[in-house]
Amino acid sequence: MSILVNKDTKIIVQGITGKQATFHTKQMIAYGTKIVGGVTPGKAGQIVEGVPVFNTVVDAVQATGATASVIYVPARFAADSIMEGVDAGLDLVVCITEHIPVQDMVKVRRYMEGKKTRLIGPNCPGIMTSGECKLGIIPAMVQSKGHVGLVSRSGTLTYEAAFQLKNAGIGITTSIGIGGDPVKGTDFIDALKLFKDDDDTLAILMIGEIGGTAEEDAAKWIAENMPNKPVTAFIAGRQAPPGKRMGHAGAIISGGKGTAADKIKALNAVGIEVADTVAHIGETVVATLKRAGIYEKCYSEN
Amino acid sequence: MNIHEYQSKAILKRYGVPVPNGKPAFTVEEAVAVAQELNSPVTVVKAQIHAGGRGKAGGVKLAKNLDEVKNYATELLGKILVTHQTGADGKKVNRLLIEEGSNIKKEFYLGFVVDRTTARVVMMGSEEGGVEIEKVAAERPEKIFREYIDPAVGLMPFQATRIAYKMNFPAAAIRKATAFILKLYSVFIGEDCSQVEINPLVVTAEDDVIALDAKLNFDDSALFRHPDIEALRDETEEDAKERTAAKEGLSYVNLGGNVACMVNGAGLAMATVDILKHYGGEPANFLDVGGDSTPEKIATAFKIMLDGGQAKGIFVNIFGGINRCDAVAAGIVEAAKIISEDGKSLPVPVVVRLEGTNVEEGRQILKDSPIANVIMAPTMEDGAKEVVRLVNEA
Repeated sequence: MSILVNKDTKIIVQGITGKQATFHTKQMIAYGTKIVGGVTPGKAGQIVEGVPVFNTVVDAVQATGATASVIYVPARFAADSIMEGVDAGLDLVVCITEHIPVQDMVKVRRYMEGKKTRLIGPNCPGIMTSGECKLGIIPAMVQSKGHVGLVSRSGTLTYEAAFQLKNAGIGITTSIGIGGDPVKGTDFIDALKLFKDDDDTLAILMIGEIGGTAEEDAAKWIAENMPNKPVTAFIAGRQAPPGKRMGHAGAIISGGKGTAADKIKALNAVGIEVADTVAHIGETVVATLKRAGIYEKCYSEN
Repeated sequence: MNIHEYQSKAILKRYGVPVPNGKPAFTVEEAVAVAQELNSPVTVVKAQIHAGGRGKAGGVKLAKNLDEVKNYATELLGKILVTHQTGADGKKVNRLLIEEGSNIKKEFYLGFVVDRTTARVVMMGSEEGGVEIEKVAAERPEKIFREYIDPAVGLMPFQATRIAYKMNFPAAAIRKATAFILKLYSVFIGEDCSQVEINPLVVTAEDDVIALDAKLNFDDSALFRHPDIEALRDETEEDAKERTAAKEGLSYVNLGGNVACMVNGAGLAMATVDILKHYGGEPANFLDVGGDSTPEKIATAFKIMLDGGQAKGIFVNIFGGINRCDAVAAGIVEAAKIISEDGKSLPVPVVVRLEGTNVEEGRQILKDSPIANVIMAPTMEDGAKEVVRLVNEA
């Protein structure tokens, strides 16, 4: 088991003829991902990395039966691409693109109301179900198969944390990069709900950062809804000054809200341990698993 | 991106949002000339810097005649203004806004911002104007009213009217307030703002509704749609290193300390700043150099960190995923050669932590490097401790 995607999920790549998209299509296929087609308007009939290109998402879906897409199109066109995927009735759209205007994302979220599509991202590394399938740019080598669910606002911290776990003999069911933008498709609570319902996921690692209150909201949700799956956390940006954007569009302390201290306090208050430094994420998870009595179930020799 | 108050007011005016008559002045002579032209019984001389709290810090003066305008302009131009938002170093005043005085009857607060949780633009209004809204939110939250805006239809007149009544505008000013609010929303949407704050918004003795102050922030990701806004950028308001870095496509924030770091990825870069502080260092910067940087770009990053003697040591923290560690290591060595004056050493120690794909090959390249003070760290923790130790002992 896993969440959202597995080895049978049929996926199309929106913007497949772009340089980054073509590169990552090759990587995704090499991992075993079922990439069945791609979309670039005007390029129908071409073949990229062995899969057919279509002019529209609807064409691609009708021809291939795809239920998910991953988007690599430039920022100024990306919101339109997300809505095209939603309109085509895809179950899942993963948007890697960074720097989409916030107001475009406000429109996207409004457009998605009442529709069935789940959006992951934008400005995210994507999603990877260990040994089965990856959508996005997560390096194949970072994670091994196991029983921890990983959800993160940051790309490189996802890799860093997954790799620390791998080295500690702890594998992952699915990792989800929800992205560093302020307005996005999936937030911590959405991901936690999915992990809660996945029998194979026994524990969760949550990686947050400054800006907004999603971590505080998640802490409250966990305390009220998920008593049986231990959660470990890490929060980046303890030293970030207020009013400064730290790389990610969403990583900013504004109006006194969104500090790392507030997030850590909220998580600790409901019994969630927060790793003191990025170097200790792996060992903090191990300690949590041991306390919960599920370390043996989660450990495997690499 | 931030702009000055006088620039914000010019944009408001274009959208039909009432603002006091006024013009910017860069010299004392200009200030006096503008005041003469305004011919107002009271003239306001306002320091233009990118920070709030100017009034309390003595950056806003009321002049009753041209001599007073001249004196205040002379006093303010070139002055370092320290407000609760500038930090201890303050900001130098290079521009003034010369404005006609207003007959204030009552002060309000009005703002728009994107709410992350609902993914909607939210309007906030309060009759507690002229004070920090954060303070009102903390002490009297019941005094702040909100309207969430459906992007499909935009802000509706009934919402503007509703908040105007809740904010307790005088009856004679309700219609003007509603019009003001609707136009201000048009500014937010039309200019791709990330935040709009009118504090105070005032009702005058004549029951006119005007923006006495104006703060517009813009979504950096949407500036491609607004070259006219980009042109308003005042580089003297920005940190010189941050400005240089932005031009080179590097995501950099100056944090003022002496232990620099260069990292791939924003999250890991934030976490690296944190771990340096955790082990007793004073972080010099946040810097996300990206995973696939060329030696030239890495060299530029080194130069920015070293500029002005700020960095006494540099921690390079790289997780090589799809971009392999050996390629990253080769880039670092090449960059070190570019900026090394003698081809053998760098002005400060550079501690490198590599992890991920092809890490052994990457470490070997660093070991074989001809640059003496490029030091390989076995783990991130060791690297952070080592660079802090080297800086603190230097």
